[in-house]
Amino acid sequence: MMEMIQQYLPTLIKASYFLAAILFITGLRRMSTPGTARGGIVWAGIGMLIATIATFLLPDMHNMVLILAALVTSTVLAWVSGKKVAMTDMPQMVALYNGMGGGSAAFIGAMALFNAVDHLGGCQAGTIVDTANTHDCLSGVTMVFAVVGVFIGAISLSGSLVAFGKLQGWIDKRYTFPGQHFFNGIVAIATLGLGFYLMKDMNANYIWIFFGLSLLLGLLMTMPIGGADMPVVISLYNAFTGLAVSFEGFVLQNEAMIIAGMLVGSAGTLLTQEMAKAMNRSLGSVLFGSMGGSGGAAIEGEMKEIEAQDAAIQMAFADRVIVIPGYGMAVAQAQHKLWEMTQILLDKGVDVKFAIHPVAGRMPGHMNVLLAEAGVPYDLIEDMEDINSQFKQTDVALVIGANDVVNPVAKTDPESPIYGMPILNVDEAKNSIVIKRGKGTGFAGIQNALFFAENNKMLYGDAQDAIAKLIQGLKAL
Amino acid sequence: MIDGFIALYIFALAAILGFEIISKVPVILHTPLMSGSNFIHGIVLVGAMIALGHADTTLEKVFGFIAVFLGAGNAAGGYVVTERMLEMFKPRVKKDDKDGEGS
Repeated sequence: MMEMIQQYLPTLIKASYFLAAILFITGLRRMSTPGTARGGIVWAGIGMLIATIATFLLPDMHNMVLILAALVTSTVLAWVSGKKVAMTDMPQMVALYNGMGGGSAAFIGAMALFNAVDHLGGCQAGTIVDTANTHDCLSGVTMVFAVVGVFIGAISLSGSLVAFGKLQGWIDKRYTFPGQHFFNGIVAIATLGLGFYLMKDMNANYIWIFFGLSLLLGLLMTMPIGGADMPVVISLYNAFTGLAVSFEGFVLQNEAMIIAGMLVGSAGTLLTQEMAKAMNRSLGSVLFGSMGGSGGAAIEGEMKEIEAQDAAIQMAFADRVIVIPGYGMAVAQAQHKLWEMTQILLDKGVDVKFAIHPVAGRMPGHMNVLLAEAGVPYDLIEDMEDINSQFKQTDVALVIGANDVVNPVAKTDPESPIYGMPILNVDEAKNSIVIKRGKGTGFAGIQNALFFAENNKMLYGDAQDAIAKLIQGLKAL
Repeated sequence: MIDGFIALYIFALAAILGFEIISKVPVILHTPLMSGSNFIHGIVLVGAMIALGHADTTLEKVFGFIAVFLGAGNAAGGYVVTERMLEMFKPRVKKDDKDGEGS
């Protein structure tokens, strides 16, 4: 019996990896449809469990204590932090976990390179030993993948950590200096150059420098990017990590890693493009352009304030209200109150819809997740393309903590940095009410022409408090 | 052993599959999907375990330990966060029923 198991174990392990890959693909597919999305992550999770258990059964695995120690501590820490984090802080957690994955791939690649230095006698220069399986010398192509995997993985690690820091509010500035992109370009070329030189002249010191430069590059690339562009950046690094994992999977001759990594690499790239497109920014301008501050004509006029009571009356007697949630709603955790207010309006026979800009909040779909959390049914939530023509027939558009995505300057002022970005046509509504904390400019630092419009009123205050007052007002009617 | 060309085929097919799956996705699922794909590349954990499992020198062991630690964080954290997001997408009965309200 034991012999049978011994004999078939390698096949069984390979089969487990195959099954895991299929479960990942199916899981991702299911996650891409709302009805089956919840099941999708469970499928993928089962795949991960199978692959992990199979790996423990691999022949000649050493350092089991170390493996278990690292695995258990990290799993517990990540599990607890993932459970505890507030719904609004999800984007930075995704950035953090993504950076960890990229880092893991980079360290795996670096190990393969160090290993190649140690085993130079066994294999030709420029090749890598297949330590995981047969101890054969793998081709030079493998070395290329190992090097590129370290490069991409390390960028993803340091870049994601910066993105995490920015979203967490630890890094609140964009660090820019003249000639920055030129400098970054030089660093990138030097790093890759060293990486390829490595293949010819294996030397442990070069590996250290190469790893360090790659990390530095991720830092340099991400520091100048503003917080508003962070979703695109996180999505890009998500794709990077996928690629790095796929390449290191080739180095380790592990099919599950190759397939799952590349799946995420391509899916993540497409997701990144869609996000950038929704913001009317090319990937190039996100990475190399800078945004905000200057540009655009000054706006004349003044902002008119409204009391919560009056705003409540205006909405209660409207036929149609469209609610536009933004990051301000997320920060204030106002989604539950908002739904409570909406239900009162619905009971009064007001037609209420939610309009979601593709990049409202800090990530595409961020608002949808929060509204779903509060219990808002899908059929009340509309995408920008579907609802934009309806603003003209809308009595009140209620903007909650959104700014740049409703700024008509994007349509009118070619000088403005956000010119050309598709926006929600709140300015076309008969009346609009903007809930906002203060009089300052938005995330991109651009004056919002909507706030100064004739038919717009400002309701100052934290979103949660403001909506609570609106509810009081509605109940008093 | 997977040689260069077989790898190329696998790369290409997996890449096309990824594009296909994402191209039909509603905006509502973008964040959960990014998180879900973030979990899937947590498979790097398996590679990290293999690498640490074959590490000999102290340096390799340190690097391998870090790799497993980071990989496990990616997988576990990615799962929890995605599951929490998708928890909100549980099928709800349209009219104000208590069904599906759960916890």
